[in-house]
Amino acid sequence: MPRHQKPTANGLVREYLSGRIGRRELIGKATALGLLAPVMMVLGGSRSTVFAQDEGTPIPDPDAGSTIVIPDGLRTDLSGAQIAIMGSSSSDPNTPFFQNAVAKFTEATGIEVNYILGENQTDARLQQMRQQFAAQASDIDVYQIDVIWPGVVAEHAVPVQDAMGDAIDGFFPGLVDTNTVDGNLIGIPWFTDAGLLYYRTDLLDKYGLEPPTTWSELESSAQAIMEGENAENPDFTGFVWQGRAYEGLTCNGLEWQVSQGGGTIIDTDGNVTVNNEQAIAAMSRAASWVNGISPEGVTTYTEPETFNVWVAGNAAFSRNWPYQYAGSQESEFIAGNVGISPLPKGDGPEDVSAATLGGWSMFVSRYSENQEAAIELAKYLASPEMQKALAVERSMLPTIESVYDDPDVEAANEFIPRLKPVFEAAVGRPSAQTGDIYPEISTVYYQQLNQVVSGSKSAEDAASSMENEMTAILEGD
Amino acid sequence: MSQHVPAPAPVVPVDEPAIRVSDAPQASWAKSRERLAWLMVLPSVLIVALVAFYPLVQSFRLSFTNARLASSRAVENIGLNNYRFLWESDTFRTAFGNTVRFTIISVSIELLLGVIVALIINSQFPARGLVRAAILIPWAIPTVVSSRLWAYMLNDNYGVINDLLVYQLPKTVSWIPFIGDNLAGIFPDEKIAFLARPNLALPSAIAVDVWKTTPFMALLILAGLQIIPGDVYEAAVVDGANKWKQFWQITLPLLKPAILVALIFRTLDAFRVFDVIYVMFGYKVETLTLSIFTQQTLVDGDRLGRASASSVIIFLCIGVFVLIYTRLIRVEET
Repeated sequence: MPRHQKPTANGLVREYLSGRIGRRELIGKATALGLLAPVMMVLGGSRSTVFAQDEGTPIPDPDAGSTIVIPDGLRTDLSGAQIAIMGSSSSDPNTPFFQNAVAKFTEATGIEVNYILGENQTDARLQQMRQQFAAQASDIDVYQIDVIWPGVVAEHAVPVQDAMGDAIDGFFPGLVDTNTVDGNLIGIPWFTDAGLLYYRTDLLDKYGLEPPTTWSELESSAQAIMEGENAENPDFTGFVWQGRAYEGLTCNGLEWQVSQGGGTIIDTDGNVTVNNEQAIAAMSRAASWVNGISPEGVTTYTEPETFNVWVAGNAAFSRNWPYQYAGSQESEFIAGNVGISPLPKGDGPEDVSAATLGGWSMFVSRYSENQEAAIELAKYLASPEMQKALAVERSMLPTIESVYDDPDVEAANEFIPRLKPVFEAAVGRPSAQTGDIYPEISTVYYQQLNQVVSGSKSAEDAASSMENEMTAILEGD
Repeated sequence: MSQHVPAPAPVVPVDEPAIRVSDAPQASWAKSRERLAWLMVLPSVLIVALVAFYPLVQSFRLSFTNARLASSRAVENIGLNNYRFLWESDTFRTAFGNTVRFTIISVSIELLLGVIVALIINSQFPARGLVRAAILIPWAIPTVVSSRLWAYMLNDNYGVINDLLVYQLPKTVSWIPFIGDNLAGIFPDEKIAFLARPNLALPSAIAVDVWKTTPFMALLILAGLQIIPGDVYEAAVVDGANKWKQFWQITLPLLKPAILVALIFRTLDAFRVFDVIYVMFGYKVETLTLSIFTQQTLVDGDRLGRASASSVIIFLCIGVFVLIYTRLIRVEET
C-alpha cells in the first residue's frame, strides 16, 4: 500500500489488522471519516476480511500506469472532442490504472474522456448497457464487453475492422473470431482471462505438500492445511471460489464439469448435454466442499469476496482470474507466497485440466456522436503498448501473441509466459452456439447450480431442471 | 325522464313535445351540470389513463408477444406461450412460493409488532415526541442502504451479529454469577452463514423487512388509535371493564378500519418486494421473488414479452388481495 494514500476505511482496517494502530485509534479515525459501518464490522477484532463489495470512490494512485508507453500515431486532429467510457467498478483494484491510462490518452490527443464507473458483476454491467442501448443513448461512447456478449450486443456496435486494418493480425485468431459477428469485427480484444488455481507456497512447504493436480489432491491438501491452521486461526479455510448465483458461478461450474468429463453444458451443435452422470458428479463434489474445505458463505461469494478472504491470508487455495495475482502480491499477509497453477482435473485417466475462457473487448457504440474519437480510445486501450503495461503492472493476460514473449512481462509475472498454453486452450462458455440468448441459458445454469452448492437441491434434480428449462428456452426462441 | 313528470291535466291534450318543452330547462340544466362534472374530472381521468391504464393495457398486450427490450428481432404474437413457459418453469414457481411466504409471514409479524409499538407510543411517557421520531428511523433510511448494512452485519465472516453471538455475548453473560456459564452455553459455537444457508436466507430477508417496515405499520395504526374518543374508555371504566377487556372490546374493534388500510398498503408492497432481497441475495433462487424474477427476465434475459406476462400475474395476484380486503372493509361498513 503506497504511503501517499489518503486515509480510507480499507487502509485503516488493514493497519488495525496488522497491529499498527489500536482498536481505540481505529474507531476514532473511522468515526472521523464518518464510517460507522466498517467500525461495526471489525468490532470483534478477529482477523477477518472487510469490504466485500463496492466502497465508493476508488483511491487515486499516481503510480498506477507508470509503465504505459503512448503508442505512435495517435490522432491529434480530434482534439477537443468529448467522449465517455464505461469502465471498471470502484471495487476493482485495476480502476486507478485505467483512470490514469485514460488521463494519458487525453494528454496525448486532446480528446476529453469521462471515465464512468461500471457495475462490478458482469451480468449487472450487461443490464446497464442494455438500458443504454434500449434508449439508443449517446451518453457513453466506449464500453467494455465480456467475451460472452458479442452475440448479444453486436447490433449496437460500430464495426471496427477498417479502423484496425492490419493491426488485427497480431491478435489471437480465436479471440478475433469470437468478436466477429456476421463478418464485422465488433470488439477489439483487450485482455483475455482463464480460471487459475492460486495456492500458498509457504503453507504447502509447511505441510510438505505439492501443488495439487487433481481435485482429490486439492481436497486432501486443503483439509490437511485447514486442520493445522485452524488451531491458531479459526477463520482459516481450505478453498475459496465464486459460488454466488451469477455469471461467475457458470465459469466455475464449467471448469468442474469439463475437467471431469461432464461436457460444456451445450455442445457445439446446440444440444443441451448438461444432464449427464459426470456433470452431476462434478456438481455433487463441489457441494461437498461447502462447509468442509470451503466456508458455508462461499455460496454468496463473487470475485472480490473470494479475493478478500484470500489476501487476508485466510485460505490455502483460491480459484480466481489472473488479474488478482498483482493484487495478491500487494497484500501484506501473503505477498511473496503466492503460487499459480492450472486448475485441478478429475481422477479419470482421460480427464484434463480446464479453465473457463474469460476476457473483455473494447466496444464502440453506434449511438455515439463522436465515433472517430471513440474508436481512437478503443484502439489505444487495446494497443500492444497498453497490453504490455497491463501485463506488467496488473498481471492481465494480453490478447496479442507477441506481448507474451516480452522479457519485461516475464520479469514481472513469470506465470504469464509459463501458462500461455493454458490460456490458449481455455474452454469457451456456450455463447457462440446460443448468441443473444446466452444470458438466459447461463441464468438457468447458475441458479440451479447455486441451489446444489447451497444444499437445497440435489445435483440430479438440478441437472434435470437445467435440461428442461434450457430446452424450453432454446425451443421457444 | 318523462315518467317522473306528473300526469298532465286531462283538459290539455297529451302533447309529447309540450312535455319536453316544459321539461327542457331542467334537463338541459342537469345535462350541463353533468358536462361540467365530466369536464372537471377529465384531467384526472386523462392522467389515470395515461400513467396507469395505458401501461396496464400495454403490459397485457405485450404479454402475448415475443417482444424484446433492446433488439431488432421481429415482434410476433405468440398467444399464451409466455404464460405456458412460466407455468412450466421451476424457478418461476419457486419465486411465486417465496413471494407468497414472504408476504404472509412478514406482514403478519409487522402487524403484530406494529400494534404493540403503536399502543406504546400512544401512551403518556416522558420524551414521547423524541421516541416517536426515533422509531421512524428504519423506515426513513433508503432500503438499498439498510439492506447493504444488514448484509454486512449478517455476514458469516466479518458480520457484527455473528461476532456478538459467538464471541461477545457469551463473554458478557458469563460474568453473571451462578447462571452465567449456562447462559453462555445457549449461544452458537460457530458463526452462522445467515445469507448462505438455504433455510435461513428467506427468514433473514423477512427479519430485515420487519425491522424496516414495522415503524410504518405502527404509524398508520397510531393514527387510528388517536381518533378513538377518550370518553368511550371513561364509560368503560365506569362500567367496570379492566384494561384487557377495554383493549378487546373497544380498541381493537375501533382500530379495525385503520388496520385494514395498513394491511392493504403493506400486503401490496410486500408482494412486489424487490430491493431488500435483491441487494442482499441477488438472484439466489431460495429468496427469488416475482419482482426479481420479472426484472431478471426483462433486463438480463431481454424478454419484454415474458416479463410482461410475469407482471400481469403479479397484477392479478394483487387484484385478488385487494378484492379480499375491500370485501372485508365492506363487511365492516354494514
